[in-house]
Parts: sequence; structure tokens; C-alpha cells
Amino acid sequence: MTENILELRDVRTHFPIHSGFLVKRHTGSVKAVDGVTLSVRQGEVLGLVGESGCGKSTLARTILQLVPTTGGMVVLNGRNLGETTREEMQLCRRDLQMIFQDPYASLNPRMTVHATLAEPLLVHGICKRSEVQGQVDALMKLVGLAPRFARKYPHEFSGGQRQRIAIARALALKPKVIVADEPVSALDVSIQAQILNLLSELCRGMNLTLIFIAHDLSVVRHISDRVAVMYLGKIVELGPALDVIDRPSHPYTRALVSAIPVPNPDIERTRQRIVLAGDPPSPINPPSGCAFHPRCAYAVEACRLAVPPLVPAGPSREAACIRLSELG
Amino acid sequence: MPLLTVTDLRTSFHTRNGVYRAVDGVSFSVERGETLGIVGESGSGKSVTCYSIMGLIPQPPGRIESGTAMFDGIDLLHCKPSEARAIRGKRVSMIFQDPMTSLNPYLRVSEQLVEPLLIHGMLSRKEALGRALEMLEAVGINDAARRIHFYPHEFSGGMRQRVMIAMALVTRPELLIADEPTTALDVTVQAQILDLIRKLQRELGMAVIFVTHDLGVVAGLCDKVQVMYGGRVMETGSARAIFNAPQHPYTQALQRSIPALQPKGQELFTIPGLPPDVSKEIAGCAFAPRCSFAADRCLSPRPELEESHPGHAHACVRARAGEISLGANALAENND
Repeated sequence: MTENILELRDVRTHFPIHSGFLVKRHTGSVKAVDGVTLSVRQGEVLGLVGESGCGKSTLARTILQLVPTTGGMVVLNGRNLGETTREEMQLCRRDLQMIFQDPYASLNPRMTVHATLAEPLLVHGICKRSEVQGQVDALMKLVGLAPRFARKYPHEFSGGQRQRIAIARALALKPKVIVADEPVSALDVSIQAQILNLLSELCRGMNLTLIFIAHDLSVVRHISDRVAVMYLGKIVELGPALDVIDRPSHPYTRALVSAIPVPNPDIERTRQRIVLAGDPPSPINPPSGCAFHPRCAYAVEACRLAVPPLVPAGPSREAACIRLSELG
Repeated sequence: MPLLTVTDLRTSFHTRNGVYRAVDGVSFSVERGETLGIVGESGSGKSVTCYSIMGLIPQPPGRIESGTAMFDGIDLLHCKPSEARAIRGKRVSMIFQDPMTSLNPYLRVSEQLVEPLLIHGMLSRKEALGRALEMLEAVGINDAARRIHFYPHEFSGGMRQRVMIAMALVTRPELLIADEPTTALDVTVQAQILDLIRKLQRELGMAVIFVTHDLGVVAGLCDKVQVMYGGRVMETGSARAIFNAPQHPYTQALQRSIPALQPKGQELFTIPGLPPDVSKEIAGCAFAPRCSFAADRCLSPRPELEESHPGHAHACVRARAGEISLGANALAENND
């Protein structure tokens, strides 16, 4: 199963900025996603990491066509999602589902679990009304919830249980690809582990393709096969999860990995850390050349001139840095 | 004598749905210049402990049922409001989790920074502005002389948290209470803020109570660690002891659920069940229903926090009786 189920080709998502009160003028744009090329194989778990504002959530929304693309193509199963009609897109959505970060906001408080899970089944005509009950029960069992809770409302559940409901809703249509945008960030560590186990298990069991977005590198390292690191709308490093996180090659990934506190006092107090100065620059007016150069310890004049392309950096790894060979 | 000694603090919230015992008999002390980490999951009572000490519990519905918090000879929980006001914000300051909501959006940062100095009558307005500027530079804000006149919305999240820290430290407090100060921030910014707190603590010699759910943050910053669950202290000791030789099953379970410490590809360790419902009286150990070592006598009576080694205390009856061995630590195995 090495076929690419999802391909992103130079995807760009820019949001226009208008100013003026009566006469609105177009004065610039936020380049949230700025040229992302990526292919995802069937059954793969791809982790997408980066700091807030790097465009990872916008990329997720772009993949699902929840925001219009400015340029490039999102290809699902050989079909360009940008060129589909409304009806075709609805069919494609069966294969492409999303799990959101905040299980308190992403579930309708006025709908019972049963109604939440039955809705996609009925909208897409997956099963007859008489079969809905059985399907909903099966979905709840799949995510580890007792079917007797089906008539309860979201507020009666804890955060972890709500995230299970959100996962069940995403699975209702038996999708091929799930995009999960920070699905465990709002949860406590012990609950986080439960949800991560559930997601891994489901992916393996159903041969699901998962795009897992998170800012927590240790979570991503655990669950992903491959990791893509984003900085200011672009992918700066891509490769197998263990390689990228344990032996990062791009200076930004190095800094990001180094910033994670190690839960061991002996190591944490003695290790060398790279502390980046300042905040990420604004995506409205990104720095010239490599967007990371103003904060990079290794930056040279050439980094300012041209945007570095993703180039091979070891077996099945890529990084966007012109000084890779010198950094060692 | 410790700078702050909290004894048997009980804070509950009386609501229509019952009494929530958010903090249920918590005792600890902080020495001058020391850093105490309070860790626990949400609902474990760590924030309410801090809010109680600072007198920030809304009453009603909150009520401090019992306990004392002796700060330099004054009981912060039972002193006159004027006495508390003279200490709060001057000798004890607090940093909150969310820098977006804890700064006043209508006031320039300069106004907010000089306010504590003026209220406590420490300096004249002009001197206070000078001190505020100094503090803003100390927390690493470039071009502070110009930016001090900005409004909060003109700063980024990390910068706002720096402003919050400057505001808390401008009176040179003896004790800083930091309630999840880096939870809302990115890791790279978190690293900057933790470095800053470490540096300022060295320079000013203040004691810090650092509340967090992130064990990694605690490992690098704290001298002592206190693990809370269900409004109670489960274990307390030096950071090294807590990480390398945890005595309480909950501490170990918490450590074992960190994905970073587990081999990739294996199923993550999880704690079965749900956090305790603090609206019901818990007779025995709060963790017993989820504990893999629990026996009948864990269900009642309530285990007391007792020292097992000097400076290391835990509240597990079975560990104390030597009936359970937590075995080789998951951490030690992994870091070899």
C-alpha cells in the first residue's frame, strides 16, 4: 500500500487584508499557507508540527476545502478537490473527515450523541433509518463508549469522552483520510494517552490515513510515521518521525526540539538548549529569502536572498536549508 | 523559618449542585529563594490553592473552610483586609495563565506597571516609571522606552507574558506565584520565559510557587515538587526524588503517561477511569478507584501524608507498609 491517497501541490492559502471604511482597499494578504507540496500514502500517519501562526491549522482547513485555496491543488484519490462541484465535493467529504481541537466547541450542545452520530449517516444516505440505531451503537463501541450513553448530551461527558464522540462522528462515514487538528491539546496527560492509543489503534485497524496536527513534538513523535515541520506557511523539514525529532537537520527543527523540556531533572538541568530570540515574524510581510533567517544562528547573507527549496537530506528526508551540508 | 507555611487548607465551592471540595486539606511550606512546583491534572486543586493564598477566591460561592497560610508571621487567610492588601501585590505577586485576559486592554502598559508601586506608596510616579522601564528591560523587551507606552494588544502572546512578569516583579516580591504561566505559549517562547524566571529568581532571590501540569517544566525549574490529585497532596519531595524514585502510584502513573518517555510504537500507558468527582466526599485515598495497586483498606480511612525519607512524603498506605514496589522507574530505563 504505497499509493499516494492525498497530494498537495504547491498549495497556497492567502487571506486578503482590507483597510478603509467606505472604500475598501486591498492592502496586503496574510500568507497563511505559502507553497506546500506534500504526498501522503494510504495508511500513513503524518504529523504536522509548528508554532502557533505557522499555518498548520489553515493547511488542515485547506485540505478539507473549508477555506478557498489561492493557488495550487489538493488531490484526493486522483481527483482535484479545487475543481469539484458542490455535489461532487459532498461525495469527496465521505472520504475526508476532520477532528477538531476543542471537544467543548466542536460538538453541538443541543444534539444528543445519537443525533450527532446519526446525522452524517442520514445526510449521506449511508443507511436506512431503521439501521441507524445499530450503526450508532457500533460507532460508540468502536471508540470505547457504552451505547447506553447515546441519549446523553455533550455537557454530560468529560473532555476525553467528548473527544471520543468527535472521533466517532469523523469515523461514521468510513473515511479514508482523517485530518485531526490538535485533537489532544485540550486534554490532560492521562486522558491524552487514552485518545492517542485509540487513534493509533483505529488507524491500524481500519487502514486509515491520518494527518495529525499538534504543537507537542513528543506526542507527534509517538503517533506519526512521518513528520512535516512548518514555519511561516512553508514546510521546512520532512522525514520519518524518529529521524526528524531525534536527529533534526533544519536549524528551526533543532531549536524546536531543544525547547521541549525533558521530564528528568538530571538531564534537564545539564543539557545545552537553543533558546530562540524573539517571536515568529508576521506572515503578512515575511522576511525575504528563508523566513527563518532573522532568528537563525547559522544564517549567512545568501539565506536572505532566495527562498530555499526542500532538498534531500538523508534517506527519505528533506529539509529547506541551503547550509545543510555545512551544519553536519 | 519558612517564608510561607500553608497548613490544612480546605477550600470548597458551594453550588446548587452540591459542595465541591476543590482543596481538601493541603499543607506545604516554601523557604526563601526556593522553587516549589505544584503538579496535577485539571481539577486537582492546584490553582485553587494559589487563589486561596492570594485571597482571590470569590466568596460566595467559594468558602475557605479551614487552614492557615502564614507568610512571615501573618496569616493571609485570617488577617484584616488592610493587612492582606499590604502584602498582596507587594511582597507576594502572582502571574496568571492567560496573558491575553489578565492585562487591562484599556490601559497603557506603563499605567499597569506603575500601578502596584503607586498603590503601595513605594515610589513617586516619576521614580515608578523609571523602575517600570528597568523591569521591562530586565524581562527582555527590546526598545522598552518606546514600547512601555503601548497598549497590550500591540504585543504578541510571549511579549504580553513578559509584561505580566514585569508587572508581578516590579515591587520586588519575596514570593512569586506562577499559575501555569507558559501553558498558553509555544515551546520556543516557553523556553524563553522559563529562562527569564530562572534568571530573575537568581537576581532577586525570591521564592517561586510554580503551578503546572507539565512534568518536563517542573524537572528543569523546581527544587521541590508537590503532586496533587483530587484536592489533596499525594506526594511531595525534592524534584530528583519525585522523578527518580516516586513512592506514590499516582506519581508514577502520571510519569508513565508522558508520551516522550515511552518507546515509540508501543501502546501508551494510560490511567484507567476518570478523575475523581470532588462534589462527593471521598472517604479513602482519592486515587484508589483508578489505582492498579488498590486494596480494601485504601477505600477508608483517608491516608495521611507522611514522610518516608527526610524531605520526601507520600500518602499511600500500601507503599508505606512495603506491600507494593513500584519497581524500576520507567524514566531511568528510558534515559540510559
